[in-house]
Amino acid sequence: MTQAADATVDARGLNCPMPIVKTAQAVKGLTSGQILEVLATDPGSVKDFAAWSKSTGNELVEQTVDGGVYRFVMRKK
Amino acid sequence: MTVAELPVTPVTLPVPAAEHEEETKPQSLAFICYSGDLEKTWAGMILASTAGAMGMPTKVFVTFWGLQTFVKEGKRITGDNWMQKMLSMMSRPGIAHRKLSKMNFLGMGPWMMRKLAKQYNVSSPAELLEMAQALGVEFIPCQMTMDLFGIKREDLIEGMGEPVGAATYLGFVAEGASPIFI
Repeated sequence: MTQAADATVDARGLNCPMPIVKTAQAVKGLTSGQILEVLATDPGSVKDFAAWSKSTGNELVEQTVDGGVYRFVMRKK
Repeated sequence: MTVAELPVTPVTLPVPAAEHEEETKPQSLAFICYSGDLEKTWAGMILASTAGAMGMPTKVFVTFWGLQTFVKEGKRITGDNWMQKMLSMMSRPGIAHRKLSKMNFLGMGPWMMRKLAKQYNVSSPAELLEMAQALGVEFIPCQMTMDLFGIKREDLIEGMGEPVGAATYLGFVAEGASPIFI
């Protein structure tokens, strides 16, 4: 299942806490129900995005890893 | 099979099950940014910007050496009398001029830290501070420290809150904010 994203954050190469910080900024520009895709290479981001999703209520719809690149798909609350 | 022949199809990771608890308000945080050391300033800015990103209402009370961090870049000397001026001369204010508490070696340590941070894509304290402010984190100067060091509101960076005292900080904690002292 692959969902078309309304916006993408490319956080590849960025270290903690920038993937989360950039995601929070991007989410601000979306409306409820829109889909945000985030690409990251920080291995810590798997746990971090789960925590962020739980804390903010934005749903983590899908996450995949492909050759060291993590892709998170989130739906804005 | 060599590494090059390994399948490169994306692997789907399990998504943690969403817990449908009743909506709870995110925990609010009340930082005390007391230290002016580079490594502690860095840790504080990482946590403050992340708190903003997590949607946690966050206030950062900046006091003592921590207040020096929030003096505008380019403001070299602060204070009204010779002692205050001398203090600012001996320890340059501003977020870009923090020193390590250990292994400072006349600036060699911080220089290496900044070089490593660039190499490993770790954002600088100044970038993180900007992000934290953009995400709604409020930085509040300590009135008493401002008086003690002769630092005026116009000496401080843009976007800071009204100067307040210890009682206001403890008021945030009394209202339920978790204290974090750095």
